[in-house]
Amino acid sequence: MADATATTALDGRTRVLAWMQEYGVYAAVVVLLLFNIAFTPNFLDVANFRTQLIQVAPIVILSLGMALVIGTEGIDLSVGSVMALASAMVVLYLGYGAPAAIVAALLAGAVVGASGGLLVAYVGVQPIVATLALLVGIRGLANVLVPQLTEFRNPTLIGLGSRSLLGLPLVVIIAAALTALVAFVVKRTTFGRQVVAIGGNRAASELSGLPVRRVLVTVYVISGMLAAGAGVLATARLQASDPTSLGLLTELSAITAVVVGGTPLTGGRIRVLGTVMGALLMQLLAATLIKHNLPQSWTQMVQAVIILAAVYAARGRRAA
Amino acid sequence: MSPALELDERAGGRGREGAGRERLGQLLQHHGALLVLALTVLIGTVAFDSFATTQNAANILVSSSFLAIIAIGMTFVIVSGGIDLSVGSSFVLGGVLAAYGSRYGVVVAVLLPLAVCGTIGLVQGLVIARTSMAPFIVTLAGLLGMRGLMLALSGEGADTYLVESDAFAALGQGSLFGLTVPVYVTVVLCLLGIVLLQRTGFGQNVYAIGGSEDAAALMGVPVARVKVLVYLMSGLLAGLAGALNAARLSSGVTILGVGMELDVIAAVVIGGTLLTGGAGGLTGTMAGVLLLGVIQSLINQVGSLNSSFQQVVSGAFLAVVVIVQRVLSKAQRLS
Repeated sequence: MADATATTALDGRTRVLAWMQEYGVYAAVVVLLLFNIAFTPNFLDVANFRTQLIQVAPIVILSLGMALVIGTEGIDLSVGSVMALASAMVVLYLGYGAPAAIVAALLAGAVVGASGGLLVAYVGVQPIVATLALLVGIRGLANVLVPQLTEFRNPTLIGLGSRSLLGLPLVVIIAAALTALVAFVVKRTTFGRQVVAIGGNRAASELSGLPVRRVLVTVYVISGMLAAGAGVLATARLQASDPTSLGLLTELSAITAVVVGGTPLTGGRIRVLGTVMGALLMQLLAATLIKHNLPQSWTQMVQAVIILAAVYAARGRRAA
Repeated sequence: MSPALELDERAGGRGREGAGRERLGQLLQHHGALLVLALTVLIGTVAFDSFATTQNAANILVSSSFLAIIAIGMTFVIVSGGIDLSVGSSFVLGGVLAAYGSRYGVVVAVLLPLAVCGTIGLVQGLVIARTSMAPFIVTLAGLLGMRGLMLALSGEGADTYLVESDAFAALGQGSLFGLTVPVYVTVVLCLLGIVLLQRTGFGQNVYAIGGSEDAAALMGVPVARVKVLVYLMSGLLAGLAGALNAARLSSGVTILGVGMELDVIAAVVIGGTLLTGGAGGLTGTMAGVLLLGVIQSLINQVGSLNSSFQQVVSGAFLAVVVIVQRVLSKAQRLS
């Protein structure tokens, strides 16, 4: 709403910049796709597409939660460790059946999210410190619960990671459904408006009677549960629980996806589809460089440049 | 004590009782980590015969020294109100460069990592100071970029450079009174850091910027220059720690340093430096680093616990410390 009024007042050059900020990530994905279709052999191969989408699905799921948290001007560093904890819970409770294991994992994610949310909303600890404590502690806890890589043979759970529905991998369908759900919540519900309002101006939100603390806790719980869900799916695909390395540094990938997708770290604005595009862009970029036999190290250096470019372009957005 | 704290006291005007309470609160916040450290050491001494030995103390100091060197730079960055996520990558890159450079002698082995990591720190500082981009994002890009550079240098992590200079290896392995050289380097750097932060105009500027950047700029503090310098320092120290570690291990190991930035930040925060900037100091940071080392050592003493417990306990300590800090600062504002 505020964006529309701001855009009309801009002159030509700033309008181009604003367009880049708004749709730059989509344009980058399209350009990269076209490049690959033209120059990468077998890129349009169905198997290749499936692999890319399956790999990116868990990152997309936890980036959705990260987008909500960043929308409140917060940050959630604990998501990678929550993936590991969810992975540990899955093998611990698999004896009671796959549904019980999944519920246990999601509950664990909710509890971690609630702890972070309570620290942020009620104690007033900075989000980065609160979730850093959780990052360190929860990864340790996951390692204590399941000290080494543990394989499992539960067909239901393995099916969750490998089965397809109407030709589409189940994990991709789940990621798409969750994206639609989060987009709906952000655009069409009171809760979504409250989240954005709190990120835009917390003091004003408090004064106008919004349940600021409750909304904040809910946002971190949602982020924890989505991260746990991503952990379950990654575990199902691995067919093993590996709390030592599962989700390591994933919090950084999620933050990257959100920021490159156009959600400012200063909150007050959430781009759900942009976040998905951000995750796709990073995945596609890595795949492109590998297909053209460029070393992995290039991927990280190019990613660094893209992050800086995206944030540089978005700079001053709120001032405009 | 920080200048900010002295200012607070002078600004007083409150009742003597309130000032006393505030003082106690600030003392706890500044030296809380030291207190917890003393308590933990006491518990360790009572609980384990093998804990309070010179050998064990030396082990803790030696293994904490690398984290400590990086934490010195991070304290300056955080006091200035910023954050540096790139130090873990800088540490590994510094190690690989030092091992690579050691074939050209000890001077190159030390200067090469300092030059490269220092330059990257400088560039990050310039970007942060000259654009309004968040330090979190700029140094996140630094983390990725430097890791990429390190992988490119080491054949995607497959090649390990061995240290070929005995003089350089001695910097990591040589010892005096049972303590290795990095411990002495840490002590010297820490003393220099304390003087720089607490006793010079530069240090006062760092506190002023962290307290309120706008106010500092109005008072004539060269904000951009100070910011560039703290990120340069952070890069240099992380590179140096990496070089010393390569000397200790006789090779540039490429798999270290993942998540190290978070350990360093945790140590600084446990040490009482506020992530909002403007308050804190190096004695607290060193207490924070040692506390993490002591926890690790205690968990090693309990043979039945695996080392993952260290992370659980560190995370819990961090949570408790920030909650206490938060409660104290709320109480201060109310009084």
